[in-house]
Amino acid sequence: MLQVRGLDKSYGSRKVLDDVSFDVEPGKMTGFVGGNGAGKTTTMRIILGVLEPDAGEVRLDGETLRSGSRRGFGYMPEERGLYPKMRLEEQLVYLARLHGLETPVARANTLALIERLGLRERAGEPIEKLSLGNQQRAQIAAALVHDPDVLVLDEPFSGLDPMAVEVVVDVLRERANRGIPVLFSSHQLDIVERLCDDLVIIADGRIRAAGPRRDLRAKHATLRYRVAAENTAWLDGRPGVTVVERTPEGAMFDAADANTVQDALAAALAHGAVTDFSRQHPTLAEIFKEVVR
Amino acid sequence: MSAATTTQIVRLVAAREIAMRLRSVAFLVSTGILLAMVLGSIVIGSITAANPTDIRVAVVEGVDLSNVPGIEAVPVDDRAEAEDLVRSGDVEAAIVPSDTPPLGIAILGDRDVPTDLISLLSVAPPVELLDANAPNPFLAYLVAIAFGVIFFASAMTFGMTIAQSVVEEKSTRVIEILLAAIPTRALLTGKILGTSVLAVGQIALILLVAAIGASLSGQLDLIPAIGPAVAWFGVFFIVGFVLLASMFAATGALVSRQEDIGSTTTPVTMLVMIPYFLVIFFNTNPLVIGIMSYVPFSAPIAMPLRIFLGTAQWWEPLVALVILVLTTVLLIRVGARIYERSLLKLGARVSWKEALAR
Repeated sequence: MLQVRGLDKSYGSRKVLDDVSFDVEPGKMTGFVGGNGAGKTTTMRIILGVLEPDAGEVRLDGETLRSGSRRGFGYMPEERGLYPKMRLEEQLVYLARLHGLETPVARANTLALIERLGLRERAGEPIEKLSLGNQQRAQIAAALVHDPDVLVLDEPFSGLDPMAVEVVVDVLRERANRGIPVLFSSHQLDIVERLCDDLVIIADGRIRAAGPRRDLRAKHATLRYRVAAENTAWLDGRPGVTVVERTPEGAMFDAADANTVQDALAAALAHGAVTDFSRQHPTLAEIFKEVVR
Repeated sequence: MSAATTTQIVRLVAAREIAMRLRSVAFLVSTGILLAMVLGSIVIGSITAANPTDIRVAVVEGVDLSNVPGIEAVPVDDRAEAEDLVRSGDVEAAIVPSDTPPLGIAILGDRDVPTDLISLLSVAPPVELLDANAPNPFLAYLVAIAFGVIFFASAMTFGMTIAQSVVEEKSTRVIEILLAAIPTRALLTGKILGTSVLAVGQIALILLVAAIGASLSGQLDLIPAIGPAVAWFGVFFIVGFVLLASMFAATGALVSRQEDIGSTTTPVTMLVMIPYFLVIFFNTNPLVIGIMSYVPFSAPIAMPLRIFLGTAQWWEPLVALVILVLTTVLLIRVGARIYERSLLKLGARVSWKEALAR
């Protein structure tokens, strides 16, 4: 398990991280969500050791990480970059070897990843000749090529077309299933919602929420219901009911308690045919908005 | 991280630097041109020196030059015809009868006094040199220039190479991936090592080609005279280059774009250029050369020159080398510090104060 504990970081008088703590569990995909400038990239850089925190530490399986003990980490930085004149294949082999792999293993991993990410035809081309989308895939390959035992990815999906997103989602899920901790940040909340098991929400350098996505959702669940029926006029002025939205098919409403819900259902049936009556779970975007408020 | 892994990382980084450089067409072409120039200047120089052409001289009838070698006589009828030939440039000079004692001949030149011809016609007393092994002053000048040019060209070319390579990693942001995987010092060491291997390799190639050129043109007898100086030059070059390379790496790390390299590397560039110009202008001034032979930045040029001139005691190169090595160790530490502190500061130029602050 990767544990982030009590990270503080200031640039001059500006505090960018304030007592940041959370866990990234092995075998799980942890989504790291926050607005621009919330502290995601700073946190990830500290996890990777390219930045020193003012206070706090990062532990892996209970041991505090020191410089040089992160060779098994896979990292995709926010600022993308590979050697522009190096050929894709040799570049991946080089990075794998820098991470301590023997040449034959480095080569085998490179070929497998290139194949998997659909870059086989580009293997011999210099990075600068690749399209932006392919450069992005190459960057993901660079983070994975040494079979990392921890994965930290800063915005891995930005700049990818929907098909590439699917491929990368599969690859990352596969890695997590092998039992390594995977932490990734993203602005695309729909992808995070679909992909992650755990969530960490950061705002203004402080962790606002952290834990299993299901728990978070349950915690922020409301008694919001959607009803699709011929007639929804009866909802108006009903005690304990607040209508949130009306659509041609029906309406969405918040109920004050469970009894109100039951009464509303009975009323709906009494007023004609009902095609849908369902509880609405908050989306990640809604939870996010509420948490960081 | 164990020493073995660090060594392995350094080797990987160095090998990449070398491989990428050897793939650059510009680098290969410029090296080829450099080698061709070295070979050409040695061979052509020796050919012109070995085959002096006879001097064309107009000779008025009645002057006997049959026992003077090196003269191609062009017979003319009288002084007027001889003057015409000299004026037209058809001959270099003319020999005409004269009433002036004791020779009874006079030489006509166009604008210059034809000294070559005069020496051919003169009788010189025998000369015995007391210090026959002292270097020929012209050769000494050439050796000074050669050491100066080779050190200057190599330090500039490969120094800028390493600065550019550092900036490339910053400007392309690949640096963040590298630093997450390997220690900064291993990266810096690998870069300096790789570039030094290239620089020393190029110098070795130049010397090899020069030796081949010398043997082709039959000038191998020069080697004992310049051999020790060249050997010391090699030793000083290696250390001196590492010193400059670390400074180029550190100053390169202060900027994030290739266009800005000049703004921070200029002080280092000056350290390379000043000794070069000093040795060109003051190579005959023993005091200046003496001082330069101990100053770390000029020692690689000046000390081998003094060894060639035979003006250095046996212990002097050793002392200068110790000074150079100590300076190098010190400046590498400063350089590594600047490098470490500046690598991840992207965007604006990193100030010296920021880079050196505790």
